[in-house]
Amino acid sequence: MATGFNQSAIDSSTIAIGTGDAIGEINKYDFRTDSPAVFKARRGIDADIVSQISEMKREPAWMRDFRLKSLEIFNSKPMPHWGGDIAVDFQDIFYYLKPAEQQGKTWEEVPDAIKKTFDRLGIPEAERKFLSGVKAQFESEVVYGSLQEDLSKQGVIFTDTDTAVREHPDLLREYFGRIIPPTDNKFAALNSAVWSGGSFIYVPKGVKIEFPLQAYFRINAESMGQFERTLIIVDEGAQVHYVEGCTAPMYSTESLHSAVVEIVVKKHGRCRYTTIQNWANNIYNLVTKRAMAYEGAMMEWIDGNLGSHLTMKYPAVYMMEPGARGEILSIAFASAGQHQDAGAKLVHAAPNTSGRIVSKSISKNGGRASYRGLVRVEPGARKSRSSVVCDALILDDKSRSDTYPYIEIEEQDVSIGHEASVSKIGEEQLFYLTSRGLSEAEASTMIVGGFIEPLVKELPMEYAVEMNRLIELQMEGSVG
Amino acid sequence: MTTQPQEKLVISGLHAAVEGQEILKGVDLEIGRGEIHALMGPNGSGKSTLGYCIMGHPSYEVTAGSIELVEADGTRHDLLAMEPDQRARAGVFLAFQRPMSIPGVRLADFLRHAVTNVRNPDRKEGQELMPMRDFRSELKAKMADLSIDTEFARRYVNDGFSGGEMKRAEILQLAMLRPKFAILDETDSGLDADAVRLASQSIARIGGAEMGILIITHHEQLLEHNIPLRTHVMLGGRIVESGGPELAAELHKRGYERIRAAYPEAAAAEQSMQDALGNETAQPVTA
Repeated sequence: MATGFNQSAIDSSTIAIGTGDAIGEINKYDFRTDSPAVFKARRGIDADIVSQISEMKREPAWMRDFRLKSLEIFNSKPMPHWGGDIAVDFQDIFYYLKPAEQQGKTWEEVPDAIKKTFDRLGIPEAERKFLSGVKAQFESEVVYGSLQEDLSKQGVIFTDTDTAVREHPDLLREYFGRIIPPTDNKFAALNSAVWSGGSFIYVPKGVKIEFPLQAYFRINAESMGQFERTLIIVDEGAQVHYVEGCTAPMYSTESLHSAVVEIVVKKHGRCRYTTIQNWANNIYNLVTKRAMAYEGAMMEWIDGNLGSHLTMKYPAVYMMEPGARGEILSIAFASAGQHQDAGAKLVHAAPNTSGRIVSKSISKNGGRASYRGLVRVEPGARKSRSSVVCDALILDDKSRSDTYPYIEIEEQDVSIGHEASVSKIGEEQLFYLTSRGLSEAEASTMIVGGFIEPLVKELPMEYAVEMNRLIELQMEGSVG
Repeated sequence: MTTQPQEKLVISGLHAAVEGQEILKGVDLEIGRGEIHALMGPNGSGKSTLGYCIMGHPSYEVTAGSIELVEADGTRHDLLAMEPDQRARAGVFLAFQRPMSIPGVRLADFLRHAVTNVRNPDRKEGQELMPMRDFRSELKAKMADLSIDTEFARRYVNDGFSGGEMKRAEILQLAMLRPKFAILDETDSGLDADAVRLASQSIARIGGAEMGILIITHHEQLLEHNIPLRTHVMLGGRIVESGGPELAAELHKRGYERIRAAYPEAAAAEQSMQDALGNETAQPVTA
């Protein structure tokens, strides 16, 4: 670690390009060569390509200018010099594929390992094809149709971000790029230049959506791209729970995923954003997520990270007005060839704000899990309270866990707590469980399942079930 | 007790060490199914070590001797060649003196796995568990029988349990797993007199003609409802004397002075073990 992780380190970083090159097995299935070229932007990134993307999407001038300006920022920003080694050749990536093109492969071409995992997770046929990129449209129109009608009656907008640019430009422009400006970090700038897809949600004053909104309902190729951009606006007294991703391995032929998620929770609103993602082993997953919570508002991030070659993700809550609350539960599972550098960020910018971070990480089979978190109390944020609990579980001697907690307090009258623990699966725990007839593998899986239970119980039922099954598979070493 | 041939747990000439320190120095013991044996002895004499060796704790190295299950027809099964879970599936159970807590794992979930495996010794990981409905109704009945609140099953295994609750959870597991041979390691320690009586009654209800029980205890109260066929006294890593129930009463009343005087060699071994370990009980170092 050359340096600390604090607000300025996130906002401006200096150069350090890594050399790590452990590309997962999946990379050997290279579908890129046989895609018929409908629209194929060149590999690489420059002003021509960015303009072309904007043109393909028939975007208004302001968005094209935003993209081009972001590109300049991206070019001027150095790579982050903390976290993991990012060995990405930006000129060797396709930044935009027209959806039609993403349908270009067949089920037969999907690697057996991926198919087998779908089998074992019990993912329905239609979903499997979508998830593996064979199909661009998930057949949930019927479910989604009636849901959409119900939501729009209440004034809720739930669409993809590209559509929102066309159909809700005023609402979108008010917040787009304001919570996470392109200047925030290199990857936010990259996303701002080449973004595509993602969700746009607006929940009007006082509207409480009782069931979780899932990207599933409006799943299509645009919703889960490499550079998706999500914006959620929760108006005063409104409430929403958004769930993204799923536990099936996210399968992509490109190796960089860099999303931006911006959220505004207005006075007394509530928002919970749940992510469970399981990336293929070759992916660099570099995501910026931030929410602004206003008076008496509550923002919760529940963030589960599995797979990928390197994940760097620190969901943030900025508590902007008195009484705002922020809570971040994160879990990371790092196995062979994986580095999870995940954590959280709480900024107390007003008095009487309260925050909580609970982070759990598991490392196994040579994996590395790092917790990196920041709690910042701005001057004047009196009577702010925050607690940080991070627990790491290391399953063998080859694996590694690190904790990088940063605390910046510029106010006297506050209460900030931090607890960290690192444990290994104890021989005594294993003996206890095996002495009652559990095999060693069953016993380890059970201990790990118990370790993440505080997070899993916060998940919607179907995700909790999938999460547990996924952990079982991870423990067998048959996935990822 | 029965005189017909029955299945036995047979321990012969058992020597065992932890971290190079020899704790057991030649233990011989035979327990038939349906029999109750008491094992008494001062702290650090090797009682818990014997329990761990029977169950297969990885920190204890058996350096000589054997532990076998001998069927009524004479077929022998070498426990020492089995992993702890295989021993459990073969019908052996150890109630821990200090059970481990497993945060986040509900007692019922853990027990459903355990019961499924023990009743289907050939089950492989990932194969079906005992049907939830059957498991639940059996668990409920057992809990009612042992006066344990059903809420207990939803709690995390031993996590935040009081000493008494831990012991009751162990007894509940004993009742559900119905082993052929159970070793109860100080199931009375840390309990008040009423709780010991309750534990004693519970064990008596669970036991019976199908179960051989080895009760490791310092006190005779636990034996109140579980009259031992034989009482064994361990000193310095060996069983130095065996007798009837009157032996337990004597040890409880008078302590181990007579025993130490009668077996000076074992008493000396006890002293040197304690000096070497530097603690009063032979707990695993990794605990």
